[in-house]
Amino acid sequence: MIIAEQKTLEEIKQIVAGYNKLLVVGCGTCVTVCFAGGEKEVGILASELRMARQMDGQQLETVERTIQRQCEWEFVDQLKDAIEDCDAILSMGCGVGVQGLAERFPTKVVLPALNTKGMALTVQEGLWAERCAGCGNCVLDKFGGVCPIARCSKSLQNGPCGGSVNGKCEIDPEIDCGWQLVYDRMKAINMLDKLYEVQEIKDWSTARDGGPRRINREDLRL
Amino acid sequence: MENEAEKSPNGYEPKVVAFACQYCAYSAADLAGPTGLQYPANVRLVKLPCTGKLDVLYILDAFENGADAVFIAGCLDGNCHHVEGPLRAKRRLVLANKILNELGIGADRLGMYQMSGGESIRFVEAAREMTDRARQLGPSPLNQRKSAANE
Ligand code: SF4
Ligand code: SF4
Repeated sequence: MIIAEQKTLEEIKQIVAGYNKLLVVGCGTCVTVCFAGGEKEVGILASELRMARQMDGQQLETVERTIQRQCEWEFVDQLKDAIEDCDAILSMGCGVGVQGLAERFPTKVVLPALNTKGMALTVQEGLWAERCAGCGNCVLDKFGGVCPIARCSKSLQNGPCGGSVNGKCEIDPEIDCGWQLVYDRMKAINMLDKLYEVQEIKDWSTARDGGPRRINREDLRL
Repeated sequence: MENEAEKSPNGYEPKVVAFACQYCAYSAADLAGPTGLQYPANVRLVKLPCTGKLDVLYILDAFENGADAVFIAGCLDGNCHHVEGPLRAKRRLVLANKILNELGIGADRLGMYQMSGGESIRFVEAAREMTDRARQLGPSPLNQRKSAANE
């Protein structure tokens, strides 16, 4: 899923400065699961912002809504009735959600409350870790199901580098060396010999480097 | 007869909200009366089915609606009807404390106490301690701003 983290209160206060009636919109999918922008977080942030405004001797009115997904028009359209008399929309969705709202309500100011971090696995309660960098050409078959792009700090496809120490990456002793994980996994599935294959330089044009990506499925279009 | 010890010397009486687990602290508070123990009338009790049900939003709601101090009263560690309610509540307080500090209300207005269902005296002590603390701290900065705005 997509993971995100709330911006600091100070930053959000600055982002919403000057607006007196805010529609705070949560998203019921990824950011609910990572406790960044679901219904509960909408309640907490709206309360924080109202109190912060009062502490500055001013008033802020908030309308709280959470839709199932901010990245699908069917759900976004449910906000139409709430939007009219609000000065701005504060989206607690990921970056896609913020833009979904902005595209659907072209004359409204839409502001982000979160920092979107990437695609991750819930490793345990309260801990999420990146697993895929969306490179557009998946090579997990060659690395035992461990992604060298997302899990090696240098995205090496012919690793490891010289900085791998006791299974940890040189950039941070808290971070597993992605290549140690690849090695351990390939060993466990008896495929170590595959690691002798030298990987050619990756074509990054399928990733962000090739410009904004889209998927167009003619069979699904109406 | 009024208990003078339960009164503030300067006349300011804080509002204190207690979120109490029904299995321990709420029963302890309930037992205070029959046991002949008094706790300050400043304390408003909110019954929780378990401190594990505590939500940061409840705490913020209390402060936003005029509380000068809030405390959570739950079971002793290892004695929770739902096994780890107080442990979860303590985790929630990490975020609540951070938010209260960021807002300038101050985490010292939030407390947590643990007791068994029979320990009325512990509930009474907690209620007195938090009320005293709130009296010393004065009205919450949010309440101060509100009354300044109304003047
Ligand atoms: S190889 Fe590419 S698509 Fe596959 S998991 Fe890694 S980043 Fe994602
Ligand atoms: S130490 Fe491991 S994870 Fe870190 S950059 Fe080198 S190979 Fe990649």
